[in-house]
Amino acid sequence: MPQYAVLVYQAAPGDPMQISPEYEAALERYPAQVEELGGRGVAGYALQPSTTATSVRGDLVTDGPFIEAKEVVAGFFVIEAPDLDVALKIAKLNPVHLDGGGVEVRPLFTPPAE
Amino acid sequence: MSVGDNAATAVERAVTDAHRREWAFVLAATARVAGDLDLAEECVQDAYLAALDAWARDGIPRKPGAWLTTTAKRKALDVLRREQVFRAKMPLLVEPDEVAMDEPDDDAIPDDRLRLIFTCCHPALARQAQVALTLRLVCGVGTGDIAKAFLVSEPTMAARVTRAKKKISAARIPYRVPDAGELPERLDAVLTVIHLLYTTGHTAASGADLVRADVVGHALNLTRMLMALMPDEPEVRGLLALLLLTDARRATRTDARGRLLRLEDQDRSAWDRAAIEEGRDLVADAFRTGRVGRYALQAAIAALHATADSYAATDWRRILRLYDDLLKVWPSPVVALNRAVAVSMVHGPQAALDEIEALRQDGRLNGYHYLPAVHADLLRRLDRPEEAAVAYRAALSLADNEAEREFLAARLAEVLDPAS
Repeated sequence: MPQYAVLVYQAAPGDPMQISPEYEAALERYPAQVEELGGRGVAGYALQPSTTATSVRGDLVTDGPFIEAKEVVAGFFVIEAPDLDVALKIAKLNPVHLDGGGVEVRPLFTPPAE
Repeated sequence: MSVGDNAATAVERAVTDAHRREWAFVLAATARVAGDLDLAEECVQDAYLAALDAWARDGIPRKPGAWLTTTAKRKALDVLRREQVFRAKMPLLVEPDEVAMDEPDDDAIPDDRLRLIFTCCHPALARQAQVALTLRLVCGVGTGDIAKAFLVSEPTMAARVTRAKKKISAARIPYRVPDAGELPERLDAVLTVIHLLYTTGHTAASGADLVRADVVGHALNLTRMLMALMPDEPEVRGLLALLLLTDARRATRTDARGRLLRLEDQDRSAWDRAAIEEGRDLVADAFRTGRVGRYALQAAIAALHATADSYAATDWRRILRLYDDLLKVWPSPVVALNRAVAVSMVHGPQAALDEIEALRQDGRLNGYHYLPAVHADLLRRLDRPEEAAVAYRAALSLADNEAEREFLAARLAEVLDPAS
């Protein structure tokens, strides 16, 4: 089955200790919903707030996320889904919207066989 | 001309005809096998080329669509077999064993045109890409002509189409008609794309631009095709009605010099009666279902305009009621602005001025020249020429279409010097 990365965006700094109780409760239910929709969670991580990030461009090391923006990647997970429609249904159900965030869905790259 | 030349011309005509009538059907069926729209398109193009020789040699087949489909599918399977190792990694839209290769007639070939349309208009694609893909894959229009219609360079349009096809394949946008739960929203996207195609062609400067006139034709054909495929959807009927009723007035939108004419100044005797009749019947059909949406409502408004004896004799009260309904299903400030015009005809320009003021406060239409243009017209009717002139100037500074600028400049001159 094709795999998709789902990048979870929230208002900076995206602190996992500051999420609302509703979001936290909904996250508990999320894996079961993913399966119900015909997908499967492969891996998932929440990140420390973007204030802890360090960016490296060549020799230049700077404090903060790679791109300064109002919203930052707060976490990401990988799912398997039969097609983009199912992946988008899973993305729509992601509870981050309860805290005003959103997600980006990107298909994972698999190199073509020789 | 020799007999051979005649035969060659007949074959060419048959192939051209099959291109116009069957392109979408052949491509849609081939895409199932190819698993990739790019490959499918290549194979269909090859099949049309092959038809020129084969039909000259063996005669024109009884069912050209079936011949082309079988040929294109076979080419696709050949490519897949040749590149088996590489393609094994490619997502297949359906398993090859579902494909029966030697169907004798096209009744047995599943009609996949709806899948093709819904894939081209998938919400994961940008609107511009949806429009370009629909013209390219469903209507079979060349990239050069699409570029001309949308006033961009051919390489830009080619890149747009390629990017969209790559996304369909890489992100696995499914080749499927959406299920009942998603259908209303997804169908609305398809209708929006077709409507956008129509307006692109319709608002083009008159005469000079034949490519854009073709786009109008494609939009009408697409809607007719969609209606044949989804006969129970009132909004498809509504869109076809709206396009026909708008198109019935196409010839009178501008004068001999290409200047825009207001609805009230158009020659109603030159409107296309047959198109108006058909449009009106379609509106009635759509309303009978009791499930009218924004296209059927807009078509109903257009029908009242198209069947009125004059601008003044138009049934403005019914039009205003339809705008009230339209605003409920489609709360857009552009609808509110058009409704304000109807308000001015029922309750007078002063009442409409309040609606305009609310829209100006709202702010979403700042930058849309039609707001100050309507404002100016109301002020003119209230005999407030200085304020009208200010509003006409504001409209002029926002309009980018030459015909509309000329129209506004003429109105401005009128309020500045009423004697002229």
